[in-house]
Amino acid sequence: MAFGNLSLPTREDFRLAALVTRREVRDSFRDWRIIIPIILLTLVFPVLATVTAQRMLAFTAQYGGELVGERLMPFLLLVVGFFPMSFSLVIALETFVGEKERKSLEPLLATPLSNGQLYLGKVVAALVPPLTASALGILVYMVGIRLTVGWTIGLELLIQILLLTAVQGLVMVAAAVVVSSQATSVRAANLLASFIIVPMALLLQAEAVIMFWGTYATVLWLIIAGLLVTTLILVRMGIHLFNREELLGRDIDHIRLGWMAQLAWNRFAMRGEDGRYPSIRLWYRQLFAFLPVLKLPTAVLLAVLALSVLGGLLATLLFPFPEALQAELTYERIVSNARQLQLVVGDLPTVIFFHNLRVLALAAILGLFSFGVMGVVIFMLPWAVLIYLTAQFALAGGEPLRFLVGTVLPHATLELPALLLAAAAALRWHAIIIAPPREQLISESWLLAAADFARVFIGLVIPLLLAAALVEGYITPRVLLWLYQ
Amino acid sequence: MIIANRLTKQFDDFTAVADLSLQVNQGELVALLGPNGAGKTTTVRMLSAILRPTRGEAFVNGHHVVKEAHAVRRSIGLLTEQPGLYDRMSGLEYLQFYGRLYGLEPDFIERRSLALYDRFAMPNTADRRLGEYSKGMRQKVSLIRAMLHDPAVLILDEPTSAMDPHSAKLVRDAIDELRADRRAIILCTHNLTEAESLADRIAIIKHGQIVAQGSPLELKQQLLGRPQLELHADRPLNGVVTQLEELVTLELVQEHVARFRTDNPAVTNPILVRKLTESGVGVISLREISQSLEEVYLQVIAG
Repeated sequence: MAFGNLSLPTREDFRLAALVTRREVRDSFRDWRIIIPIILLTLVFPVLATVTAQRMLAFTAQYGGELVGERLMPFLLLVVGFFPMSFSLVIALETFVGEKERKSLEPLLATPLSNGQLYLGKVVAALVPPLTASALGILVYMVGIRLTVGWTIGLELLIQILLLTAVQGLVMVAAAVVVSSQATSVRAANLLASFIIVPMALLLQAEAVIMFWGTYATVLWLIIAGLLVTTLILVRMGIHLFNREELLGRDIDHIRLGWMAQLAWNRFAMRGEDGRYPSIRLWYRQLFAFLPVLKLPTAVLLAVLALSVLGGLLATLLFPFPEALQAELTYERIVSNARQLQLVVGDLPTVIFFHNLRVLALAAILGLFSFGVMGVVIFMLPWAVLIYLTAQFALAGGEPLRFLVGTVLPHATLELPALLLAAAAALRWHAIIIAPPREQLISESWLLAAADFARVFIGLVIPLLLAAALVEGYITPRVLLWLYQ
Repeated sequence: MIIANRLTKQFDDFTAVADLSLQVNQGELVALLGPNGAGKTTTVRMLSAILRPTRGEAFVNGHHVVKEAHAVRRSIGLLTEQPGLYDRMSGLEYLQFYGRLYGLEPDFIERRSLALYDRFAMPNTADRRLGEYSKGMRQKVSLIRAMLHDPAVLILDEPTSAMDPHSAKLVRDAIDELRADRRAIILCTHNLTEAESLADRIAIIKHGQIVAQGSPLELKQQLLGRPQLELHADRPLNGVVTQLEELVTLELVQEHVARFRTDNPAVTNPILVRKLTESGVGVISLREISQSLEEVYLQVIAG
């Protein structure tokens, strides 16, 4: 019964979820607005696709372009599978938010069904009719294309297309649950569904290009793996969001800007329940007490850091500098560059400081739209580049340690902790919607994590970056010159 | 059966229910009255283990609404404000679905459903699609859904709201029987006559707080004072006003009619009638003027 809390589902969970699924599927099969398009897409569209493939093959053969016609056949297989699957999104929106709108959800929530059982039952119900239609469509197309042009699909491609279709459906349904939880009407949910339709359309276009390219075996597996990871994240979010509190906690779509601002400000300023603000000293003490919360994102980032070091080394082996460029990596060149830097040393700390701020702001913004992934990527890139350059220097006959100490170490002692802190707080903020604390609403946890990020950023990161910029501007070049002269 | 202790529910910065305490015993029916948005639905949702209280705690049938939410939901039959039926299912299919969620056997569900259909004067309609049902029938199916698993506690939100008088009477009789069968019942309603006739106690909610609570009679006495009595005489009362004032608190005297209040009508009224008769004034009638619950409600809500 603890399935909603992410423990393994029991037999009773499956029994009750199956009851929900059966009812929903029966309901879908009684709705002609769902059934007629599914039948058309299952039977008529694959026949049309077969005829199209046959004609295209004949047409391209006239001009010696048989290859184009041949590449069209697996592509059409992909499309034939995807089109009925796209209905999973419609059914999911209907089954999740439609039920909320028709007020039939509350009686269901008053039964002993757990959130997890209800979620599982509804997700499966949204997948069964389109998945069946999709498999039938693929079968009709396969038989048609075999009989008309004699093309037989390979086993690996068939498995890939079936898996891809199923996972795309899962992604759409799992995303539809997330969308539904934030909407109180089907109309609002349909508008929000653009956030699902647009990426899926782009993905389909990318898949089309891959299918026409011809060498799709590995890439399709990678896409399936990527979609599975996305599904896991969305399911995790969905299970958290699909709970009685989120579903019935608010009946009207509105944004309480005042409340949001107050909540975030109170957390940032660490304002007490009595409305009093702490002293700067106490504020910092509370900030340091908060830092252990960042243990997990910091561990993730350190692992990423290790990976970027390995990536930098690997890149050096795969893409070594050409000899002409290696010849440039001399002590003389480094010293000469350092002397040039000394000419602009007055402006250097300001330039470095604002550059670092820009990078962190970019990472924070991009991370918001990618569950933190882009933020992590931006965090790892400079380290990979640094290791790549150091390794190139070593390849050119230099001493890598001396290079690192002379160019990075003095300011990195401040900059690395600053970047780690900022990236960890940002990662926690970006990823908290995947698994927010159970006692908080998703909006609440997101705002509080944003305020925590601001606390860390303003209280620790900015001072550390300022100090690092001063060291990088005034001390690192001197260390470099001292080491190399 | 139901114990709520300082229940509070906050949505962001809005407090829907504040420090609400309530007790409903076995075999007791408590009516929750209050204007729209007073916090009745939120209270019901917390007691039904649908929403978690922000503060305070509640027990239903001995189970904690947060820690034993599953057991609470098993013990409760909830009739929601909106019937929320599935229009493409038949009545029987719908009840089979809900019954099986409570672990009931299909045969038992069918027998009990058909019996309740008959009880609520809907024979031979269980196989029809719910989309074809009238508003009143939909409401009755929702009530059957709430009663199907024979729960110890019933929470009924506007049970007769869409019904014709005959159907409403059938439902009220059923509620009365459930109470006699030792169920604890909470009734949310805007129908004050229904509340007065069914409820053992009434709790009036305003801005998320219970502002008045008691039996209908207690509430009337608390808020409207002692009952008012009206006397009709066969002669003008001008000559006996002083005698009347010695016995009761006069509020109105017209030629043949007087209205008054008294602390102890059982003692005062016979004396009053005797004195009037001795003074040559015949009493045609003496009756209590009924004070409606509506007056109580309006007075409480007006604050």
